[in-house]
Amino acid sequence: MIDKRVANLEAAVAGIKDGSTVMIGGFGVAGLPNELIDALIAQGARDLTVVNNNAGNGYTGLAALLQAGQVRKIICSFPRQVDSYVFDELYRSGRIELELVPQGNLAERIRAAGAGIGAFFSPTGYGTILAEGRETRNINGRNYVLEYPIHADVALVKARAADRWGNLVYRKTARNFGPIMATAARCTVAQVDEIVELGELDPESIITPGIFVQRVVQVKTRVETAGGGKQ
Amino acid sequence: MAARIARDIPEGAYVNLGIGMPTLVANHLPPEREVILHSENGVLGMGPAPAPGEEDPDLTNAGKQPVTLLKGGCYFHHADSFGMMRGGHVDICVMGAFQVSATGDLANWHSGAPDAIPAVGGAMDLAIGAKQVFVMMEHCTKNGESKLVKHCTYPLTGVGCVSRVYTDLAVIDITPDGLRVVDVVEGLNLTELERITGLPLLAPQAR
Repeated sequence: MIDKRVANLEAAVAGIKDGSTVMIGGFGVAGLPNELIDALIAQGARDLTVVNNNAGNGYTGLAALLQAGQVRKIICSFPRQVDSYVFDELYRSGRIELELVPQGNLAERIRAAGAGIGAFFSPTGYGTILAEGRETRNINGRNYVLEYPIHADVALVKARAADRWGNLVYRKTARNFGPIMATAARCTVAQVDEIVELGELDPESIITPGIFVQRVVQVKTRVETAGGGKQ
Repeated sequence: MAARIARDIPEGAYVNLGIGMPTLVANHLPPEREVILHSENGVLGMGPAPAPGEEDPDLTNAGKQPVTLLKGGCYFHHADSFGMMRGGHVDICVMGAFQVSATGDLANWHSGAPDAIPAVGGAMDLAIGAKQVFVMMEHCTKNGESKLVKHCTYPLTGVGCVSRVYTDLAVIDITPDGLRVVDVVEGLNLTELERITGLPLLAPQAR
């Protein structure tokens, strides 16, 4: 019997090695798998390269992972935010490496990794300092920059529901990077609000097919929504 | 400015409104005109801000502010969202700018300050992706220097990507022939606008 469910958060992040590249889903706090990040902090893997759109907010979640000194390098599009105190301090004191990638190129590099593409030409960033020194090509009159895929050892994503085969459905704009990161990592771990029986997820509505997911852990998150309901 | 831009957004357009000032354009779109707003974090058919107490942390715009979804709206992942942009499916993108050059180069992501922590987000993808890029900005800096320039001195976001600039003084098209004035605010003439801008401007075409 295929059963990708794991008993707890500790089991969900077990075996993540020092030096790993870890993709973390989320855009700001929407879709950020906070509980998996806390488990990774407790697990203690160091010298990590983290891929996320941002570089942490406040002192929780991704910011806490940075503050724990476990991250050597971050690949992201928008590190500087009003409350990115932890990243700002690490960056200014030279204690974290930053690879700044335009958001669409970041997404496409992740997608390319999951789809087995060796490299691709993107028009985004051509003629800017982010493309300095990079291979370019004019194709049918338009200029492009060569971009390489981003592969990961582990992806930590948050979804709304899963089944034991690892099929995932998401919630609203919290979907963001989850589906593509799930494809680009050797081991994708999904934290979900709810694990349902096989067959309960509408096959037409499954966003991430279970082939891309290795571990599923149920986490009861307390997110207050419209009307104060729990989700 | 926001009202003036809203006038140029036609029924049926797919539109991305950049973070900050451009989001104000939505307030000026008449309710009877169906315009579909795209937000690059993964939503089409984005609606206005929710009523207080109705915010959902899983439903935000690219500025990470709570929004709503209109009937017919949908969600998608980041690669699809930027594919819509880069693939030329979005009709109009409205962005702010530090500078726009006479040939339509855009500078809006980096102040150029050496100690600034760089952050680009989707700016470069939006700049080169939409069919038309509208820039919404003050005509001059606080020091009175034109933000329309011969060559950008700030780091570029995109090359030759701006279609039209909306300022507090004028609406100006970037054309292969040069900068062509579309509208000027009342009480300002073309000669005066040209002096403020410091660049040659072409007179409005007869309509």
